[in-house]
Amino acid sequence: MTLWAAVDPWLAGPRSAELLFPLLALPVVGLLLAPLLGARGARLLALLNLAAGSVLALACALALVAADAPLIYPLGGWAAPLGVELRLDGPAAVMLVLTAVLLLLIGLHAAWEFSVPAMGRRATLGFWTLLLGVWAGLNGLFLGRDLFNLYVAIEVLTFSAVPMVCLKGHAAQLHAAFRYLLFALLGSALYLLGAGLMLGVHGTLDIAEIRAALDAGGTHPPDIGGHVRAASLAAVALMSTGLLAKTALMPLHLWLPPAHGGAPAPASAVLSALVVKGSFFLLLRLWLDLVPDLPELHVGLLLGGLGVFAILLGNLMALMQARLKLLVAYSTLAQLGYLFLVFPLASGASGGVASTAALVQVVSHALAKASLFLLAGRILTAFGHDRLPALGGFGRDMPLTLLVILLAGLALVGLPPSGGYLVKSLYAAAAAEQGAWWWPSALELGGLLSAAYLARILAIAVGPRAAAEATPAGPGVTAPLRGLVVPALLALGALLLGLLPPALVGVMDVARAGMASSGAVADVMRSALTPSGFWGSAGPVLAVALIVVLLHNAGASAWGRWLACVGHGLTGLEGWLRQWRTAGALLLLILFIQGWTAMG
Amino acid sequence: MTEAQIYGICGAGLVGIGLYGAILGRSALRRLLAFNLVGSGVFLIFGAIARRGGLAGGAASDPVPQALVITGLVVAFAATALAAALLIRLAAVERDEASARGKPEAAGAPSAPVAAPAKSTDPRTEQPATGQSGAGHS
Repeated sequence: MTLWAAVDPWLAGPRSAELLFPLLALPVVGLLLAPLLGARGARLLALLNLAAGSVLALACALALVAADAPLIYPLGGWAAPLGVELRLDGPAAVMLVLTAVLLLLIGLHAAWEFSVPAMGRRATLGFWTLLLGVWAGLNGLFLGRDLFNLYVAIEVLTFSAVPMVCLKGHAAQLHAAFRYLLFALLGSALYLLGAGLMLGVHGTLDIAEIRAALDAGGTHPPDIGGHVRAASLAAVALMSTGLLAKTALMPLHLWLPPAHGGAPAPASAVLSALVVKGSFFLLLRLWLDLVPDLPELHVGLLLGGLGVFAILLGNLMALMQARLKLLVAYSTLAQLGYLFLVFPLASGASGGVASTAALVQVVSHALAKASLFLLAGRILTAFGHDRLPALGGFGRDMPLTLLVILLAGLALVGLPPSGGYLVKSLYAAAAAEQGAWWWPSALELGGLLSAAYLARILAIAVGPRAAAEATPAGPGVTAPLRGLVVPALLALGALLLGLLPPALVGVMDVARAGMASSGAVADVMRSALTPSGFWGSAGPVLAVALIVVLLHNAGASAWGRWLACVGHGLTGLEGWLRQWRTAGALLLLILFIQGWTAMG
Repeated sequence: MTEAQIYGICGAGLVGIGLYGAILGRSALRRLLAFNLVGSGVFLIFGAIARRGGLAGGAASDPVPQALVITGLVVAFAATALAAALLIRLAAVERDEASARGKPEAAGAPSAPVAAPAKSTDPRTEQPATGQSGAGHS
């Protein structure tokens, strides 16, 4: 009773906005203290910080629901145009909770792997410090409302994420990290240029104020001939292109496979589950909050089209990878494509449903992909490598690991009641209202392709053992079971996401106009677990899986040769896209197309 | 043509030259320097925006973009330092690996630069397995 009375002013009362400040302060203070405490202290500090942060983030979400209005905290008591305000709305609350809880779980999983005896002082200190840095950057991104502060937050995020790639210091990892850093820096330069133009046009960097000025038709400086609008959209195109480079939307993905595939497993999990979502969240803010009339713009078509391209090529490339971690990395590229379907579908009456779908996809993919990367790391540790052809029969050594891989994979494929299913059906509902059948069909095709690579892993896992040279076996059997706890939790979370009570899903609607997530989710889930609904999704998946398993065992048939030929061509194309110059030229091309379509 | 316009056009030109260098540059160091050129161009444009008056609208310069440039400079400096550190480290590691490659693993892994963890050849990465199972229940 007294405890409740003590916390009540924060949870439901007038002081609830004060909860936002420690969410920024905790990781930053931790980040500064960690190097002073040394490697062992840094681990403890990071875990304690993340535990406290998870509680705080949950408290923020509760306070937001209680207030039913955005929480706004002016730092130092200075109000918006002059000072910096932290602002929490529904989607940001969901992201805050997801980030804190996921980082805590990954941290708990990594507590043994990233300890001084296992990794050495330097890598251990690096990992735990950078984990706090990533958290600080992400929290800044979710709470910021000012284009320049968002820039600083996203740079903190990048600078923390890049060294995570090369914690072990191999040459290949260092190459990957440098490539990541340089491409991300090009992105930030474009973003900063856009923010500067925005400041020049509107005299403010606050997203809400710019939106208000644009809504008013640019009356603040009189808009003669639509110049203010055109300049603003050019600025948004610049910022958006920069963020696309950081989100690694195909074909701007040259840095992601080597970075996510080469980093230590817990780092890959953080990078893939959360870091790329940070820049996506900012993209969402730009196009949905800052630009008034997305429906009239054809930019949505461009972003959605690139999303479909990513879904198809990413999944196909995942199917053909020879290394498990690279397979998972390409699957991330495909799943990032799902996020971008929100832009063509976010217009009209059903726009809110598309936003819900994108946020659910962020959560669902974060859980499933973190689980998959941690499991890939487990296999890598057990066998000393992750080359799929040489992993034949690993399912017999590590049956539980295989089971959890399949659970997480099914969430990505989108079987009911997983998060993936929810995403597909929500997008389908949004598209049905526009009569745009092609977006959901791309999603279905993507789901089937994911089923194909999952079936390939299964076929390898239960297939014949590879030649004797490949498996030194032994350690695989002794991999401690505690390494399965966190991945299993995450996979189950992703797989059962659709069963969340709709009221809980409604958190993401707070302070958002036009979003009615709980209703939409309830509608979609009603038919999911009926026999016809379930087999409608599961049937094609099973069929594809069967075909893949048969093909896998068929060996060098005529079909096999034909497929190999197509695969060779695709790999060549994708390799060409990943060349630095191609990617750079595509970056400029996408910038011009975005600017051109945005300005009409 | 006003002062601010000249500076703005110069900034745009620098951004263009920098982008050209960053995309077509041959060596990593050149690309890094080219990025710095892009950054300088962007800061010059910020300066031009400040000179134009912005919110103040009068003859005085707008201090907000100037303040932002300072923060931007710090960020760009940190980025360059991080990238340079990566490059130095990369050069050192590659020199080590080149000298070590002399004899043992010539037949080992002629794989693409992406395929990093040639696990069996790296004593440090073997350790987590043994370390973990050892620390498990003791």
